[in-house]
Amino acid sequence: MCGIAGLYTKSPALEAQLGHHLSRMLEQLSFRGPDSAGVAFYREPAPEGWCKVSLHSPVSEPGWERVSDELARAFGEASLPSVRATHATFSIAADAERTQAWLAEHHPELRLMSAGQTIEIYKEAGPPRRFIERFALAAIGGSHALGHTRMATESRVTTEHSHPFSTGLDLCLVHNGSLSNHNRLRRVLERQGIRFQTDNDSEVAAGYLTWKMREGATLEEALEGCMEDLDGFYTFAVGTADGFAVLRDPIACKPAVMAETDEWVAMASEYRAIAVLPGAEDAVLWEPEPGRVYSWGTTPVT
Amino acid sequence: MAENGWHPGLRESATFDRGTIAEIQRAAREGIYDIRGFGAKRRVPHFDDLLFLGASVSRYPLEGYRERCATDVVIGGRCASEPLRLDIPITIAGMSFGALSGAAKEALGRGASEVGTSTTTGDGGMTPEEREHSETLVYQLLPSRYGMNPDDLRRADAIEVVIGQGAKPGGGGMLLGHKISARVAEMRDLPAGIDQRSACRHPDWTGPDDLEIKIEELREITDWRIPIFVKIGASRTYYDVALAVKAGADAIVLDGMQGGTAATQEVFIEHVGIPILAAIPQAVESLVELGMHREVQLIVSGGIRTGADVAKALALGADAVSIGVAALIALGDNAPEHDEGYRAIGSAAGYYDDWHAGLDPAGISTQDDELASRLDPVHAGHRLANYLRTLVLETQTLARACGKSHVHNLEPEDLVALTIEAAAMARVPLAGTSWVPGSGG
Amino acid sequence: MAAPDATRDATWSVDLATETVRALNARLHGEDCPRHVRVLSPGGRHAIAAGLDAPCEVEIEGHVGYYCAGMNKLASVRVRGNCGVGVAENMMSGTVLVEGSASQAAGATARGGLLVIHGDASARCGISLKGADIVVRGSVGHMSAFMAQKGAIVVCEDAGEALGDSLYEARLYVRGSVASLGADCVEKEMRPEHVAQVRDLLARAEIDDADPADFRRFGSARELYHFKVEHLGSY
Repeated sequence: MCGIAGLYTKSPALEAQLGHHLSRMLEQLSFRGPDSAGVAFYREPAPEGWCKVSLHSPVSEPGWERVSDELARAFGEASLPSVRATHATFSIAADAERTQAWLAEHHPELRLMSAGQTIEIYKEAGPPRRFIERFALAAIGGSHALGHTRMATESRVTTEHSHPFSTGLDLCLVHNGSLSNHNRLRRVLERQGIRFQTDNDSEVAAGYLTWKMREGATLEEALEGCMEDLDGFYTFAVGTADGFAVLRDPIACKPAVMAETDEWVAMASEYRAIAVLPGAEDAVLWEPEPGRVYSWGTTPVT
Repeated sequence: MAENGWHPGLRESATFDRGTIAEIQRAAREGIYDIRGFGAKRRVPHFDDLLFLGASVSRYPLEGYRERCATDVVIGGRCASEPLRLDIPITIAGMSFGALSGAAKEALGRGASEVGTSTTTGDGGMTPEEREHSETLVYQLLPSRYGMNPDDLRRADAIEVVIGQGAKPGGGGMLLGHKISARVAEMRDLPAGIDQRSACRHPDWTGPDDLEIKIEELREITDWRIPIFVKIGASRTYYDVALAVKAGADAIVLDGMQGGTAATQEVFIEHVGIPILAAIPQAVESLVELGMHREVQLIVSGGIRTGADVAKALALGADAVSIGVAALIALGDNAPEHDEGYRAIGSAAGYYDDWHAGLDPAGISTQDDELASRLDPVHAGHRLANYLRTLVLETQTLARACGKSHVHNLEPEDLVALTIEAAAMARVPLAGTSWVPGSGG
Repeated sequence: MAAPDATRDATWSVDLATETVRALNARLHGEDCPRHVRVLSPGGRHAIAAGLDAPCEVEIEGHVGYYCAGMNKLASVRVRGNCGVGVAENMMSGTVLVEGSASQAAGATARGGLLVIHGDASARCGISLKGADIVVRGSVGHMSAFMAQKGAIVVCEDAGEALGDSLYEARLYVRGSVASLGADCVEKEMRPEHVAQVRDLLARAEIDDADPADFRRFGSARELYHFKVEHLGSY
């Protein structure tokens, strides 16, 4: 059980304040999600032909500069690490697939949190307020972001159990609810080659989306597939390169509030997380209907 | 055929035994599941499979009488300004007016008050008689919300948010038409005489994140005075307890699969939920990990029968126990003097579990005025008080034998198990060994 | 906190940007609560004006969170904004009026009084209703009136899927379309007494642009009142 939030900026002026506003949303959601927190920011695109990855290190002295040197030697060019607490983000002059393969071989101790052109995922166990401070979220700008605060239901509280879960390049998932058939589905997906790091039900949903899209489905089709193949209660928010998508299960017991102004589109589990946004008092408010995929972004999801 | 049913040449199937055959035939006849009251009847690992290690050379016992063994308990101090202060660590579990007669509810209140403990309302709401006769009354908030109102909320000494009960974790309340008397119907806002359909989820929240907000509302309405309990049927207890604590519970009520019900499907009673023996260590582990053991109190129920059960539950880490079926038996349910009455309705004293039918000759699980009048609430209340006192004396006897001056000082290391299953579930060693099966992970 | 004026008729203003909901509710409980209250900066907070039990008037300037006016008794509460889950849940008497829209479970298990929503109500409006009246100027979401036992719900626009599933004796009136009916919920004849009930409820809800004669009535077919295995599909 959890809190989820999404914020999509419509005006460049707001982009510099993205992290500031998302932090305030997460603070409002910290009561319903005290165990851990995570965010996915979409910002600072990697150059053409390059990719960007976010990595987590379990040790306190990970030697990020050395990793950067090795990447540069392996692929010709790589950026210096942008370090936030236990995470670091790199841009590399190679595609994501080759980069991921190299990392798996040369640095299996580092956990890959996200890969793509613009996405950066940061997540950690511990109270949301501490996460916001440690990762200096308030200073991060970008075009759009998703956030999550977690109250663990049936799996442990660790970094890798936290949301968002990466489901592909520039794609991630946050989930509020509880699935009921994820164990069998996990085994089915594993046989399809999808790998899981945890016993978390949300990770299964993320893996399901990854698999469907790998098999050729659009994101919208993959989300519609959720209604057939996933059982349980869920509000999903999916981050995409251009924006985000929202889906509630057909019973729709878990909350979801949407709001829009001329400056932004926001989504949250509770209105009070939206109330802290500028102009919220005059925003158009509505609730997504059950069983219907909603999406925002510059290019359509289909 | 011999008395025990054995006859040379006849061999009963263990899979399709006589009981199973009778049930299949009943289903073929009636086309619907069997509904009954009581708790799980089949044998499961239970407290009988545990033994205490009494004092010997390395440990010394307490004398009776002079050397006190205290039994008091405070429940719900985490957030409430007025926690419950009980003289004994045994409470009366939630049972509805509707499932039980008014006389039975009154008797429970009288008996509990006589020994300084609490009773709990059930799925029908609070009756004035129960509030009057129970010195300490816990008010349940159930998915159905029958009879729920803020005045009773404020009159209560504690609130118990019911997520489930041991007999049917994941199920809702059930009351059949012949027990929906005019008075019950009015309290529940239902037409009289119909079969009640009950919700299994709360109408205005789902999930511990939203439960937290609901608990906040209940505190606001009662000005943060009284404790809020969360009641769960034993299932995924480790996670459930952690979530209840995170949602803000002051105390957790944990009901094992042996817990009783007034009416539910037989398959639900026998095949869903885990024994209380297996649930308590999970709950305690969860509380300890959160630093909340003894801060958020744990009240356990489901097959508590004797002071030995009470003592063992406390030794495993519970703060108190709750009794339901046992309390009704103390009042007179299944008593031999009603045997003729039971036989007239197809049962017998010691076997009667058709509590859903409302025909109880003991006047307990019925709404029929004539039957209910057979229960004298004053006399029955005394019987309950006697039984509760006996439980306490037994608990103290065992605790003293283990050298404890307060029953809360009983600990898991005072116990050993007789079977591998009980050892694994209760996480105590098999007697004579240091082996706790399954403790490796 | 600034004390309310000595005169009962003066309006007591409280700003939740600087005061707590707990302090507000504590002051509003009990018979000597201020009779006119204005709540500023609600900011989506939960349980605002929950548990009121005296005939005071409370106006809330903005959007509220969950359980606003929960278990309301005797008071009149007006929300000049939207409300979260469970507004007026288990209300006993009095009036709650929401000028905006309501989230899920509006009026859940309410036993008396009147809940008015001028915008839309979301899923499960009037779930398990036990005697209150609910009037929605807009539409209601899916599973509205689920297991509604007693009382009336008037919907001026549309109703979502599975209206009145597992209905008991509550009366449902819908002017617009009904996406689908729930188990045991059927359309029934609108007789003069029903038109009169709708007229009365619309008037009390301050809605004067809906003609009671345009509403259709829905109620229980009462087939589920006794367990019958033939209805297996409905359970």
